[in-house]
Amino acid sequence: MKKSIFYGALITVVTLCIFSFTKISSLQSGHLHKVNADNAGLTLPAGFNASIVADHLGEVRHIAVTKEGNIYAKLGGTKNGKGILFLKDNNGNLEEQNGFGDYGGTAMRIHDGYLYASSNTTVYRYKLNENDEVIDPSNPETIVTGLLDHGEHNSKSVTLDNAGNIYVNIGAYSNSCQVQDRTPGSMGRPGCPILDSAGGIWQFKADKADQTYGDGIHYAIGLRNVVGLDWNHQDNTLFVMQHGRDQLHDLFPQYYTDKESAILPAECMYEIHKGDNAGWPYIYYDQIQKKQILMPEYGGNGKKTSDKKYLNPVIAFPGHLAPNDLLFYTGNQFPEKYRNGAFIAFHGSWNRSPEPQAGYFVVFVPFKDGKPTGKWEIFADGFAGTKDIASPRNAEHRPCGLAQGPDGSLYVSDDVKGTIYKITYK
Amino acid sequence: MKKITVVSFLFIPLFLLLMGMKNDFSTKNFSNQPGLQKSIIAGKIVFKKYCISCHQADGGGVPNMNPPLIQTSFVLGNKDTLINIVLKGLKNVTIDDETYNNPMPALGTVLKDQQIADVLTYVRNSFGNKTSGITAQEVKTVRDSSK
Repeated sequence: MKKSIFYGALITVVTLCIFSFTKISSLQSGHLHKVNADNAGLTLPAGFNASIVADHLGEVRHIAVTKEGNIYAKLGGTKNGKGILFLKDNNGNLEEQNGFGDYGGTAMRIHDGYLYASSNTTVYRYKLNENDEVIDPSNPETIVTGLLDHGEHNSKSVTLDNAGNIYVNIGAYSNSCQVQDRTPGSMGRPGCPILDSAGGIWQFKADKADQTYGDGIHYAIGLRNVVGLDWNHQDNTLFVMQHGRDQLHDLFPQYYTDKESAILPAECMYEIHKGDNAGWPYIYYDQIQKKQILMPEYGGNGKKTSDKKYLNPVIAFPGHLAPNDLLFYTGNQFPEKYRNGAFIAFHGSWNRSPEPQAGYFVVFVPFKDGKPTGKWEIFADGFAGTKDIASPRNAEHRPCGLAQGPDGSLYVSDDVKGTIYKITYK
Repeated sequence: MKKITVVSFLFIPLFLLLMGMKNDFSTKNFSNQPGLQKSIIAGKIVFKKYCISCHQADGGGVPNMNPPLIQTSFVLGNKDTLINIVLKGLKNVTIDDETYNNPMPALGTVLKDQQIADVLTYVRNSFGNKTSGITAQEVKTVRDSSK
């Protein structure tokens, strides 16, 4: 009898403890606390520190940081019906405000008093007040509309120059313009018709409403899919990171081993001038042979080169690393070496099986006057939380967006858990 | 008496939990199906050649791009639907509330009936899946009916 009372009391106490613990942790998770445990799990060059400034936000694609240190985050989908989150700084802690924008997408850039955002078909902009807060969240201006979304490579990333133009990526809705997409042995469509309306960069006016294809300039062609692009203000030129083609071995095993297919073709950085053609789907860049190689869909065999020459990359990275954002660093906080250099967020590969996956890091390339002055190096690593990434699903975090803070800190977003990292130098 | 009541509070949920787990593992014993193991072994080879890069070695797929094959309604559901996906391909599909953007190629002209049967039998009995296999005859029937 007494024992039963004891057990009863014990169960009650344990239950209450569990209940109250759950209560407390759910309250805490509503607040975006700063966490700085061992550089938030990242490895960085000496002197750099990382902390997590926001977490569990959802599928955060690109981000923008205001001069006040507040953050706008674009979600790939919507959370409670909202596709843009606003995190406001309150004495060093970011607090999530009311979200807005009822669409998923990728782009998130601040330029000249406006916040630019994209869905997979449309580019919007929101006027900001003097504190860089959106004045009318429900009524953005539609800048570009009617862009193709066939699912594959449908994200629309943007960057802006200082002459009133916005550059929009329209990805090719295909891997390599085969008659039957991603089908073993299927050959390339003659005169790839996808290039008429996708697989390139379009230039539009940054302040003109309701533009579509006919209103813009087809600025560059032959780019399979660009997610990361940035305007380099030192030489006033557009730079883009292309996602190279997939599945050379799957589709043409007679020409490529699975080991070759895991690292080919290169993920390329291109310096883009009006009218440039980077060659997709006719050629790819092989970073080992250092040549433009004819695609197997168009008669190639892994060695043949093309008669026609296309734009060469500025930098050729190993294959399939998936560059999802590019940022030219203009801050003063980081050491001299980093000024005007390029940071690239690599989302990490999926197309290397059965070889281990790679990427899932942020890379740095030193630049001067718009030209690379040294080799690329891994700047921030450890996002995946594990060294051995057999499958992308094993990665805890995947870098997706980059932004520079007003004090020159570098922010990195993750679209798995919705973590935002802040990297500083002291 | 009360002691028994208290103890049962602790043990009944545990018992139910264990029973539930047991049920999961013993729905039917498919391993007695003739030729199943042989088909699984042959299917693994087909999977490695044609499926692994998109669906991954662990069947987990790639978020937003290529669907997982782990306990999904498509893999464990209607056999004819599943066979048709391999024969005719699939595009922009939503599976169990997640959308995947990369297309699945039509492999009807690439793979023979037996290869399709083997790879589907492998998938339906790997990555935590455990259900009936698919025969070359079943693939042939679906292929013929959609001609």
